Amino acid sequence: MKDHKQKLSGAEIFFECLKREKVEYIFGYPGGAVLKLYEKLYDVDFLEHILTRHEQGATHAAEGYAKATGKVGVVLATSGPGATNTVTGIADAYMDSVPIVVFTGQVPTKLIGNDAFQEADIMGITRPITKHNFLVRDVNELAEIIRKAFFIASTGRPGPVLVDLPKDVINSVCEFEYPEKVDIKGYKPTFLGHQNQIKKAAEMLKKAKKPLLYVGGGVIMSGGTRELALLARENNLPITMTLQGLGAFPGADPLSLGMLGMHGTYWANQAVNGCDLLIALGARFDDRVTGKVEAFSTKSYKIHVDVDPAAIDKNVLVDLPIVGDVKHVLAELAAEMNTKPEISDWWKQIEKWKQECPFEEDPNDGKLRTQFVIEKISEKTKGEAVIISDVGQHQMWIAQHYKFVHPRSHLTSGGLGTMGFSVPASIGAAFGKKDRLIISISGDGGFQMNIQELVTAVAHKLPIKFIVINNSFLGMVRQWQELFHAEKYSFTDLSQSNPDFKKVAEAFGLAGFSTDKPSDVESILDEAFAINDRPVFIEFKVLKEDMVFPMVPAGATISEMMTKRLNPKTMV
Amino acid sequence: MKHTISVLVENRFGAFNRVATMFSGRGFNVHSISIGETEDLDISRMTLVTSGDDQIIEQVVKQLNRLIDTIKVVDLTGQPRIERELALITVFYQKGTRPELTNICDIFRGKIVDINNRTLTLEITGPPDKIDAAINVLNQYGIKEIARSGTVALKRGEQAKIQPKISTTKEKEKV
Repeated sequence: MKDHKQKLSGAEIFFECLKREKVEYIFGYPGGAVLKLYEKLYDVDFLEHILTRHEQGATHAAEGYAKATGKVGVVLATSGPGATNTVTGIADAYMDSVPIVVFTGQVPTKLIGNDAFQEADIMGITRPITKHNFLVRDVNELAEIIRKAFFIASTGRPGPVLVDLPKDVINSVCEFEYPEKVDIKGYKPTFLGHQNQIKKAAEMLKKAKKPLLYVGGGVIMSGGTRELALLARENNLPITMTLQGLGAFPGADPLSLGMLGMHGTYWANQAVNGCDLLIALGARFDDRVTGKVEAFSTKSYKIHVDVDPAAIDKNVLVDLPIVGDVKHVLAELAAEMNTKPEISDWWKQIEKWKQECPFEEDPNDGKLRTQFVIEKISEKTKGEAVIISDVGQHQMWIAQHYKFVHPRSHLTSGGLGTMGFSVPASIGAAFGKKDRLIISISGDGGFQMNIQELVTAVAHKLPIKFIVINNSFLGMVRQWQELFHAEKYSFTDLSQSNPDFKKVAEAFGLAGFSTDKPSDVESILDEAFAINDRPVFIEFKVLKEDMVFPMVPAGATISEMMTKRLNPKTMV
Repeated sequence: MKHTISVLVENRFGAFNRVATMFSGRGFNVHSISIGETEDLDISRMTLVTSGDDQIIEQVVKQLNRLIDTIKVVDLTGQPRIERELALITVFYQKGTRPELTNICDIFRGKIVDINNRTLTLEITGPPDKIDAAINVLNQYGIKEIARSGTVALKRGEQAKIQPKISTTKEKEKV
């Protein structure tokens, strides 16, 4: 009874495996080396292939899908240039621990290394920016490798996995058997935190006078936001979130101090500096969070919970490491807390900091500022939208002023800081979350970096709101030039070269809006949000020279925080 | 401080490259890497000599563990271990210096494995500092070429604890 195993081609095995991994969407672009896969794809009905207009767009779309849903995003690209175009997206996913699997075509195994047409050593190129990568050398290994790729991408600390598929492997035939179990000798992610360590953490928390929860993206990835809320609410604990952690806890909640770090709130940074117990949850003490490492939260006992042992003691030495899934550790920690810490004085101190240096208010002078736009979007959407930001000033203003209610609602390129992320990532998010309002917000610089993907949104009638905050400058770079580089605005002024964005968007097939008046913002948002049969474009022309504050300069300490412009001038 | 780290990796395409890439990408020092098959044909052993403070070494070990292809990572530093390196050293000789070189070779328990009318090649095995010492001495004769294998190392087998025949009263109390 051996013959019940089917003989399938590599291409057929590929889709059989994807079916079993419950893949809903592939973001891809065809080409010579993957023609056989696209031939087979023609008859596949259990998943949808989304044609992007550039492979980088496909990778960011897969990231957007993965970040919004928690499922694995899938990319398919051809060999050579197709593969190298995915590299930025892969590096981005690696830095932000996003589970994606990238399939690249490759020249036939016999030609590998011969400088064949459209050949690139994508294995070598992506080795340092993937969690793991595989070259499939024999069709008999294909099913097992695909199974492993999805397993590695989605477990432990998630990350990108690349599978390189030589043309002859896809074309050859073998018996198909899908491995039900995965066993990788060198990969056994720790799941449960050490009991004694958790007990110790609870003891420390009970005694703490000034505790602070420092919440990173790991809490969202592990699905531990409910456990976080339970622990924080039961014990009345202040929470500060990293850029990737935003959404893990409602931003408008009194327990939330907002974001910490370079452009974090004054009070969150003061709390980090003044706390006596810092509990880092799925965060990695990134340099944008710590500033000068030696001066970071020097008075605190530090507990670090992370699923990745290598994240512990990497940047900041901690007193109590707990390696494990944050969700589980949080649940156990909450269960251990039979007495609440006495911290009313600590809250009084935090309130004082909040009064001391609130965000600057809009001067209401008829000029449009980003902060005002973001606050209006936050109000209109009640914090319920999925916001996909790009990189730069607007990204920081969103982090400061959009009050996220739900996890997986703030998608941004944090670690790598990839301009051009927002437009394609919002497309992935729109496929993953069809019931949510999807808002992509970019600057005028980043918007042009993957502008071609507007076509993809139009082709699928995705009701995404593409918002461009246009200050005719590469604003964040301009801010650094003004503050640290002698006001030499070298190659950051785009005012002479920017296109008419509204016309461009309309040419792509979007409904277009544009304004530079604060009084128009609400009505335009209302109008734009009412259009749901196609994507919408909104341009907000804002002040050129506005800057994001507060700001802790790179490598500086909290005490060196700048809270406003030192030499205020009339802005244009 | 120098650390000798023993790593068992999958004997697979790219595994060595993964380790090397990780070292260069993260800016860790490498003094030597050697790799070879083990008793299990699916597994290779890599011996790495690296240096750095405790925090860096901790990261080296953790980052090695993080690679999917690594099965086991052991920092042998501070543990009972055997470390060996092999060096081939080609030295110039003149009429009078040949006996001296043979003599030096004997002192280092080496072998002369090749000779022509101008040079002879010594094979010396031992811990890396012994090789360093030999090279140091041979330098004055003029070294033409050196090939070093890099360190290989194994942990010493567990030694059976031999109970002392007479124990002191203090130790008895402890028990």
